[in-house]
Amino acid sequence: MSQPLLQVKNLHTMFPTESGEVRAVNGINFSLERGKVLGIVGESGSGKSVTAYSILRILDNPGRITQGEILFEETDITKLPRNQMRQIRGSKISIIFQDPMTSLNPVYTVGNQLMEAIRLHTSRNRQQAQERALEMLELVGVNEPKKRLKQYPYQLSGGMRQRVMIAMALACEPDILIADEPTTALDVTIQAQILELMQELKNKLGMAIIMITHDLGVIAEMCDEIIVMYAGRVCERGTADEIFYNPRHEYTKGLLRSIPKMTTTKERLTPIGGSPVDLLNMPKGCAFAARCDRAMKICLTEQPEEIEINPDHRAACWVNVKEGALAQGGQNNG
Amino acid sequence: MLKYSVKRILLAIVTIFIIAAITFFAMNAIPGGPFAKEKAPEPRVQAVLEARYGLNKPVGEQFIMYLTNLLRGDFGVSLKTGREISQTISTSFSVSATLGAMAIVVALVFGLLLGSIAALMRGKWPDRTIIFFTILFVSVPSFILATLLLLIFSHGLGWFQVWSVTETNYTLPVIALALYPMSYITRLTKSSMLDVLGQDYIRTARAKGVREQLVIAKHALRNALIPVITYVGPLTAYILTGSLVVETVFGIGGLGTHFVSAINNRDYPLVMGTTIFLATLMVIMTLVSDLLYKAIDPKITFD
Repeated sequence: MSQPLLQVKNLHTMFPTESGEVRAVNGINFSLERGKVLGIVGESGSGKSVTAYSILRILDNPGRITQGEILFEETDITKLPRNQMRQIRGSKISIIFQDPMTSLNPVYTVGNQLMEAIRLHTSRNRQQAQERALEMLELVGVNEPKKRLKQYPYQLSGGMRQRVMIAMALACEPDILIADEPTTALDVTIQAQILELMQELKNKLGMAIIMITHDLGVIAEMCDEIIVMYAGRVCERGTADEIFYNPRHEYTKGLLRSIPKMTTTKERLTPIGGSPVDLLNMPKGCAFAARCDRAMKICLTEQPEEIEINPDHRAACWVNVKEGALAQGGQNNG
Repeated sequence: MLKYSVKRILLAIVTIFIIAAITFFAMNAIPGGPFAKEKAPEPRVQAVLEARYGLNKPVGEQFIMYLTNLLRGDFGVSLKTGREISQTISTSFSVSATLGAMAIVVALVFGLLLGSIAALMRGKWPDRTIIFFTILFVSVPSFILATLLLLIFSHGLGWFQVWSVTETNYTLPVIALALYPMSYITRLTKSSMLDVLGQDYIRTARAKGVREQLVIAKHALRNALIPVITYVGPLTAYILTGSLVVETVFGIGGLGTHFVSAINNRDYPLVMGTTIFLATLMVIMTLVSDLLYKAIDPKITFD
């Protein structure tokens, strides 16, 4: 079997600050196959975006990767020299950000910014780069692309800008597109359009996608695999069906309870109680234990390992271990 | 753009007229006159002199007379030296302008450079050193700086000659004049650069694979320049009026020196000429900095 396109192994990323080390990512593992879609879900501060920025090595100062490897086509890109890493960014791995309103440089035209990306990574001349930029704008469904090339970001709507961001990210035909909450800042109808566009482009261009979101419902349809993150760790992973219909981690269950359902209009949503874990003082045991209704003694003292629920599903929760043991004990007795 | 410029120029003419009127009547309201001195000429001689320059007429009439001459391009002659005002202004302004232009260039170049360095090396020793000196230069008045420069580099070390007719080395006066605006621009650039570097579009540029130098030079600097450009207008004002102190300390006969002595001497035509000249210059500089603004920030429209 061929190697996966991207493998993240035991990734640790932290931000040294005056009050201590903020441990944003604490030992993440995942792999991504060519042409597949991986969803990463979690609340704010769970380390989703930091994971993405770590892959591209565009962490804000003073963040840095302290441990682990990121293998892209079997090369550990955490150890690549800066200029080689730069050649990967935007050409092999691209990213689109959460807020299209602020992600484009306000003082340069759309065309200038698109062509910059194209000319950085290909040998196209000005004329060819402009043709490519035009082609990309058409591809992402921007109307009047010729006119848009000469416009400044402030002259475009939020949805249009996100389309421009996508065009820019895909202009050099990357192998991986990282979408960091690409629809969070957009209104609902535009959200659906952008997701549809990404799905369509994936089918057309065949890149793999890492889809980062805090909204499980948004990405369920398009993901081949979903990872649920909490406090910089993976608490559950599996196919969308498994995560949705057979959640085995208390945090995932909480997340699912907080999604509005079409059927129960009158019921109030159930939020997850408590507040997110303090990344400066990570607990010894399971990071979610303090907010978990079913926490046991062992949850406070020992970190749960990921255990296999079935071939499509793994979860890191002591409850599963206990129930597994009980079930097994039951079988033994009977 | 053109329509806007025309509108601004028409407004400028009104502004200059108002400034001229205020100056004219204010000057006349101050007691004393050009010929009222300790060794004043005989009353008879004084009356003749006043009649010759039209000073015996009502102030309003004098003002209208001055304006009609002005429209013909005649600034009049100095009551003190008898020389053409336009000539006095053009010779002394060329000195002031050279000095000022050099100081502005020095202030902008070093201010932007040092400000960027301070922002990029935030919290490290270059940042701390730069900020220490900018605080120093902003706080210490220019006449003290100018005197210290003279004392150390001319008198002490003997690197530069004191300004004279034959020795016209601009180095020390330019430094004395540039230190304050340079420090101000440094601090302005640092804070706006820090602000810009934290923006999402900088991360976008990095994520595209743009090399770090270009991220700074292309994506950050142009945005960081916007608040600095706003300061260019007032900076010109500072350089033009502030140069007076520096010109005096270094003994350079620039426009500032002439302006102050004209006021002391009640040399009405020279005061008027200099005021109108400086006002026009100011209005032009403000217009230029507004147009520059538009060139750098596409969001600004004039319609």
